Amino acid sequence: MPLLEVKGLSKSFRGLVAVRDFNLTLEDGEIVGLIGPNGAGKTTVFNLITGHFPPTAGEVVFRGRRLTGLRPHQVARAGIARTFQNIRLFKENTVLDNVRAACHTSIRYGVLDALLRTPRFRAEEERVTEQALGLLELVGLHDRAWDRAASLPYGDQRRLEMARALALVPTLLLLDEPAAGMNPAEVRQLVELIRKVKERFSLTVLVIEHQMGLVMNLCERVVVMDFGEVIAAGKPAEIRRDPRVLTAYLGKGAVA
Amino acid sequence: MRGFDRPTLALCACAAAVYILVLLATVTGLLNPYWQRVLDQALIMGIGALGLNLIYGFAGQFSIGHAAFYGIGAYTAGLTSKLLPVAGIPTFLLALVAGTAAAALVAFLIGLPVLRLKSDYLGIATLGFGIMVKVALDNSNRLIPEMGGATGMTGVPQTANFGWIFLFAFLAILVCRNFVFSGVGRACMAIREDEIAADTMGINTTRYKLIAFTLGCALAGLAGGLYAHRYPFLHPSIFDFLASFDFLIIVVLGGLGSLTGTIVTALGWAFILEGLRVVLGSSFVDWRGVIYAVILILVILLRRQGLFGNREAGLLVPAFYKGGKHAAAGG
Amino acid sequence: MDWNYFAGQVINGLQLGLVYALIALGYTMVYGIVKLINFAHGDVFMVGAFIGYFGFVHWGLPWPLAVLVSMAVCALLGVTIERVAYRPLRYAPRIVALISAIGVSFFLEYFCSLSFVFGADYRIVPRPMEDVVWRLGSVSVTNVQVLIMVVVMAMLVLLQWLVYRTRIGAAMRTVSYDHDTARLMGVDVDRTISITFAIGSALAAVGGILYSIAYPQIDTFMGVIPGLKAFTAAVLGGIGLIPGAVLGALIMGQVEVMTAAYISSQMRDAVAFAILILVLLVRPSGILGRTEPEKV
Repeated sequence: MPLLEVKGLSKSFRGLVAVRDFNLTLEDGEIVGLIGPNGAGKTTVFNLITGHFPPTAGEVVFRGRRLTGLRPHQVARAGIARTFQNIRLFKENTVLDNVRAACHTSIRYGVLDALLRTPRFRAEEERVTEQALGLLELVGLHDRAWDRAASLPYGDQRRLEMARALALVPTLLLLDEPAAGMNPAEVRQLVELIRKVKERFSLTVLVIEHQMGLVMNLCERVVVMDFGEVIAAGKPAEIRRDPRVLTAYLGKGAVA
Repeated sequence: MRGFDRPTLALCACAAAVYILVLLATVTGLLNPYWQRVLDQALIMGIGALGLNLIYGFAGQFSIGHAAFYGIGAYTAGLTSKLLPVAGIPTFLLALVAGTAAAALVAFLIGLPVLRLKSDYLGIATLGFGIMVKVALDNSNRLIPEMGGATGMTGVPQTANFGWIFLFAFLAILVCRNFVFSGVGRACMAIREDEIAADTMGINTTRYKLIAFTLGCALAGLAGGLYAHRYPFLHPSIFDFLASFDFLIIVVLGGLGSLTGTIVTALGWAFILEGLRVVLGSSFVDWRGVIYAVILILVILLRRQGLFGNREAGLLVPAFYKGGKHAAAGG
Repeated sequence: MDWNYFAGQVINGLQLGLVYALIALGYTMVYGIVKLINFAHGDVFMVGAFIGYFGFVHWGLPWPLAVLVSMAVCALLGVTIERVAYRPLRYAPRIVALISAIGVSFFLEYFCSLSFVFGADYRIVPRPMEDVVWRLGSVSVTNVQVLIMVVVMAMLVLLQWLVYRTRIGAAMRTVSYDHDTARLMGVDVDRTISITFAIGSALAAVGGILYSIAYPQIDTFMGVIPGLKAFTAAVLGGIGLIPGAVLGALIMGQVEVMTAAYISSQMRDAVAFAILILVLLVRPSGILGRTEPEKV
């Protein structure tokens, strides 16, 4: 059974079609890239998968379970985590608390336990803190655990977002332009990090990205979107030479 | 076994010390009955304000009808005490429970539909609800004559004294501290910072907004119940939207997201307001409102993050949160 | 069903709603341009009423002149308040400016109640003209009601012209979208905001005077409840939208009068706000407001 099946996904906003008939199948352990010009609908696809808004048509099936129409927190609990194109950290909270907030899905105590400080509360807090610190160590932010998230430099903020997403213990990780604003050296580091994380946690990864360096190096498979539709799919090397893809990126006259 | 780690013990010790100090001051006459009342009022407002801080400072829900729940708690608790045949401590405690529960229940029912609204609209809705409650209290005598309607309610046994009020204030601080420094608190703060991201990170935002709102309003109800048993005259105008502004002012000036700030500012607010009355004397007492307004504007202009910002006195920060978490300078 | 009574109440509701509209416009314009709930606005309304009263009764000015003087004073007051209490906080979190606005509101109420200013007692405003009642069929309309309708409609038309057909109006609309962009386009943001406050305050002054003609008892706390209702009306219609403010105010006035007439005078505030909450639950951004889905 494939991990994720997206069938016929469509979304219109008051008549404007953002995504039309999007299909995608992800198998366990794949790293797939989703590319396309700006405005192609890539982030909208992510939003539809994570339940930010319901699709106009189509469905999302994850591990055999229909996710269409579920609210984002339910999708998260099902095992899908994501990062955001424009970083959405909990700015005034500490770095550690940003990650601990996402550990929430696994916390096994309730409000009453928290208020009364029961032994179960203490045990879980300890576990959660350990888990969070471990993730921070993985992305190299361990010594900034107690800093305000907003005080982090841009690159660190991106890594924090990833650590936070991993705190959900997901099966599928959706990364929205994780390399935005990075230079080639940083992109290489990011590719290493994604590979390491994927191996460590046995993840499947779907990544939206404009930086071709990352896409070519990291992704086994690439799906290309333009104007809300899939226009090509295949191995990175094939996609690179596909005339439709080139037209989408460079315009009609560019393909001689 | 449960709940007594070092920071909590320190907090208890500190509270005990403060209690003893106040008792000494009372006994030696340093703290006369007039100022005792002010202190009690400050603590009561503090309990209510802590509740609002949970709702707005920590969970980010802009609620400006807080005094409605203060009033619901006061009248419910007062009525319970009045109607029960036997006066005394058990009745008092029962009344408090009734007041707190009533406020919590109403908060839950109102919160369900209303917390879906976004910031300014939520503010208006809660403001409107506050006004509805006040009108209801004004007309309450039509339903239950003992409630007095627009003439006010009297006859509630005045069982609350400084000891009780201080105890409940301390418990309120503990409850708030435990709430804030836990997974529940973190969920609320995540919602405050970015509701969409919180949702995407597995936090059921509806559930946690409702929890914060209910608990915050329950604290207002508790404050109201204490008020009813400490001040002999209840009147709907005590619980109108201006009272909601009082809570808001205390919370914002103290620092949204700082429990320490709320407590300190509640005390300062009550004492300054009364102090102005003393300082100005009878000839200038009209100026009290003017000076209060000027102080308000000046403080917010000069220190917009509030006295404590979102920092907490070290005494209030438990384990798992130490290590880099700033302690407010000077406590 | 007594239709004459009903028609009379509709006209009363219209009268009240139009006065609310004048106040609501000030709220909505200011909110649109600086995203601030100017709680002191209701108190500017109060000052307007008082200046009009003093102008007519104590300084012997003819009413139209008293109105103009009041408008000028309130415009100046509004601009000063913005400069002193709001501008420093313009880019701070919104709650901070709101607290400042509450402070200004208290200040105006208490300062004006001092004996050397307006005093704490209420004043009775004499009607500037004889009462005349006209009959349209079996419905009666007073000249006061007609005056209010005419004046408010005129102000609305003027405002519409100002906002959509003048450069300053274009500047106001630009600043309401984004301050930085407006600056880059050469708009003097500070001046535009000041002008907005001036206009809103002048409108409130007129509202205050009209209100005091219709309901002649004035005191320094008279602006609190009408201000609250006008603000609620602006939100009801869709905060930041000028047509929304008018629509919301008309609804608010109508609901209030009808409730007082047919249910109970004491319940009117509660019913008005209950309706507001219900409307918000169905239309979370107000009647004319559009919910912009947040970009993720």
